[in-house]
Amino acid sequence: MGTYVPNTREEQQEMLREIGVHDLQELFHAIPREVCLDGPLKLPSGLPELSVYRKMSGLAGRNKVFQSIFRGAGAYRHYIPSIVKQITSKEEFVTAYTPYQAEISQGILQSIFEYQTMICELTGMDVSNASVYDGATAAAEAVIMCKERKRTKALVSETVHPETIQTIQTYCSGTDMEVILVPAKEGHTDMEALQQLLDEETASVLLQQPNYYGILEDAEPAGILTHEKDAKFIMACNPISLGLLKAPSEYGADIAVGEGQPLGIPLSYGGPYLGFMASTEKLMRRLPGRIVGETKDTRGERAFVLTLQAREQHIRREKASSNICSNQALCAMTAAVYLDAMGARGLRQAAESSMSKAHYLAGELCKLPGFALVYPGEFFHEFVTTCRGNVDKVLRALEDRGILGGYPLSGKDAGHLLWCATEMNTKEEMDTLVSILEEVTRA
Amino acid sequence: MRGGPDPCWHFHGDLCRIGAIPEVTGMDMSMKLIFEKSIAGRGCDLLPECDVPVAAVGNKFIRNSEIHLPEVSETELSRHYTELMKRTFGVNDGFYPLGSCTMKYNPKVNDEVAGLPGFAEIHPLQPVGTVQGCLEVMKLAEEYLCEITGMEAMDFQPAAGAHGEFTGLKLIAAYHKERKDTKRTKIIVPDSAHGTNPASAAMSGFSVVNVASTKEGYVDPEELRKVVGEDTAGFMLTNPNTVGMFDENILELTKIIHDAGGLNYYDGANLNAIMGLVRPGDMGFDVVHLNLHKTFSTPHGGGGPGSGPVGCKERLVRYLPTPRIILKDGRYEFAEKPLESIGRVKAFYGNFRVVVRALAYILTLGGEGLRNASENAVLNANYMMQKLQGIFDMPFSGHCMHEFVISLEQLKQEKGVSALDFAKTLLDYGMHPPTMYFPLIVHEALMVEPTETETKENLELAVEVYKAVLEQARKEPEMLHQSPAKTVIGRPDEVMAARNPVLRYQF
Repeated sequence: MGTYVPNTREEQQEMLREIGVHDLQELFHAIPREVCLDGPLKLPSGLPELSVYRKMSGLAGRNKVFQSIFRGAGAYRHYIPSIVKQITSKEEFVTAYTPYQAEISQGILQSIFEYQTMICELTGMDVSNASVYDGATAAAEAVIMCKERKRTKALVSETVHPETIQTIQTYCSGTDMEVILVPAKEGHTDMEALQQLLDEETASVLLQQPNYYGILEDAEPAGILTHEKDAKFIMACNPISLGLLKAPSEYGADIAVGEGQPLGIPLSYGGPYLGFMASTEKLMRRLPGRIVGETKDTRGERAFVLTLQAREQHIRREKASSNICSNQALCAMTAAVYLDAMGARGLRQAAESSMSKAHYLAGELCKLPGFALVYPGEFFHEFVTTCRGNVDKVLRALEDRGILGGYPLSGKDAGHLLWCATEMNTKEEMDTLVSILEEVTRA
Repeated sequence: MRGGPDPCWHFHGDLCRIGAIPEVTGMDMSMKLIFEKSIAGRGCDLLPECDVPVAAVGNKFIRNSEIHLPEVSETELSRHYTELMKRTFGVNDGFYPLGSCTMKYNPKVNDEVAGLPGFAEIHPLQPVGTVQGCLEVMKLAEEYLCEITGMEAMDFQPAAGAHGEFTGLKLIAAYHKERKDTKRTKIIVPDSAHGTNPASAAMSGFSVVNVASTKEGYVDPEELRKVVGEDTAGFMLTNPNTVGMFDENILELTKIIHDAGGLNYYDGANLNAIMGLVRPGDMGFDVVHLNLHKTFSTPHGGGGPGSGPVGCKERLVRYLPTPRIILKDGRYEFAEKPLESIGRVKAFYGNFRVVVRALAYILTLGGEGLRNASENAVLNANYMMQKLQGIFDMPFSGHCMHEFVISLEQLKQEKGVSALDFAKTLLDYGMHPPTMYFPLIVHEALMVEPTETETKENLELAVEVYKAVLEQARKEPEMLHQSPAKTVIGRPDEVMAARNPVLRYQF
């Protein structure tokens, strides 16, 4: 049996004697006899470290690690610089608690302050929080924070990631918020429909840029329409794209959110990831979550602390702006180190490379019979195509060759594939993909 | 620097390494921000040239505003974070008895296996045939955690404890809604509860009813009877409670709620005291959330990522978030979404790699080891409490569970030394202070949770330090107002931070 209890049986006996009890059971006398477990838990016996390692490696071995990935749909494989992994494995960072004791937590606090600064720079917004659970919950929190007494409608474009939409719906159900989907038209948010749906009860409009299909939305008019009705404009963005493409602030967004995973966080079968969240200064006191601020200490030196806590649950209890009481600190640090290492040039290079490769891949794929772009318009690093033949069969053939193909869409997009390329995909790899597809889809 | 002998001198040098002493080094101790280290033209060369023609999109999509990101070499970047690391205090740095937070040792093998490519490099939308290992991890963790808690099913989508509370309360809402019992709009919460409890209830669309605790820190069954009724949707409780005592009336309390038609919610914050001894499911709870980052040893990461799985009894299973994993003909699959499900609370399946760590922990300890961990958590807390008995004021009598509460109210009245002053002085001894000012029902509270991974001699050392600080508080109380003196910063001005918010670096 493995254990992390250091005290020996003898020491434990000594401690019991000192406490003045005969055995451990006496310490648990308050537990009513009728609820006490009458036997051991039905769990396997404990194991030494090597056995645990073998067992867990065995489980990991039952997953297929694809060398070649052309799938995104909310989780993106980008290059993770070695220094990112090294820095974020430091035990102090890994094992620290939430930085309540500022005097011994300046490291974590400063790293969050730097993260907040970089998120403001990326999004062009005034204020960032210390992060939330993921991109989907960041969007949901943003929708909730826009609610006003007489504004209870949240308009969400149908082109937003479906799992983000579902998360927003769960967050709003049972409250007086109503989620209304703005229909899509040819893979874009239908602007006419948006205009019709906007009214005096609209609290917010949420658009994703690039949207779920990879397409670049005409976000500027959407922002103008939203503001004409005095509603808040929320944009969910891919952070890598912001190295090259317009910042949410340039579209007039009041709140910018997004999934921070592309910034140095491994795919990790979906988590832990990072929800970033930034707003205009006007909305600062409505932002949920932790926020770090700069101040001075008793010696007059610069110091960092958790601040604006009057918004939070441990002070406000049921009147708090959200129940959130943590951030994804280590993931936020990961994103910060990634951005430090990449710099603006590196980030732009990753964005440009991803976009270029996606366009090359789209061009090559569409030369194949039966493959064509489904939606018109410009795209970033994802795009939707038709597929010749049975989608599952095609994907399985790719899988056999170690390639994770485009994501098979469902619902009204069934039969279509959502492809993604990043700087990780070489030209050679893409050419191989296309030639395999040619082979397997040949009539 | 304070007068008299260095209080730290007779302890291990390591305990004092929170930071150098400015007066000794005579140097400017403030640390530069990474932006202040940036020099135009510096940087790292990470990505190759693009091997396909460069694509372009329309001007209306191209960014006009500049992005200020640091321009630093890899050496400077590496040193910057090493400097930050030295200004951070983790479980590896020393005693960390934060009550209610269960800061136990975070085993390294768990981190190691979570980093295996077979977990770290798996795309969340891979076909199920290629992720059988991931699904098995979650199924095994579900099976084991259900056995530990006495629940029927467990879902890993919630990313943290508060997220788990929100999810669990949504299950309660869905249950009443399906029964068309729409008058049940209230959640009862003890006044000693964690702040997240009422906040989560409000966020889930409920109103909150507080129930007063007895002097001993328990929920008074009579008081509970007064507030239950036809509008009661549920009752949130942690047991052992937030003062570290096991509520003996637990079966009566949960029965009062059930008889009134409500459901019982178990806040798993304090599960570390009772693993293998008693289960929430057997105490009458219908829903639980766990904190894998507390009880199951996964690291806190300076505030996250954690994991807050939600478990429930049979009658609530169909409301759980989707997707649910099932085993069908020897193969793991995602089940069809039941109509009654509350839906998603997060993208994908939760903080998966945190669950990997928790599973490795459970496999290491096994049933017997988990019980042993809880027993020793309780033993360590009682040992420390016993040693402090008669010296500090303990508002609750009897044996504690895994944590105990000290009140410095008298010290505050007599000497003007607050729990905050006391905690800040502990920093100079290289010790993380206990949780301060919680629970709210105790004045000048310090809440101590040593955990089972602390040695007997560390507990004794902590006791000696607490006594030394108390003695100092009586002799020279004014010194404690000025502490800490040995940390890299003195007390920060929190009022200034909130009044004049500076939340980012200005270029």
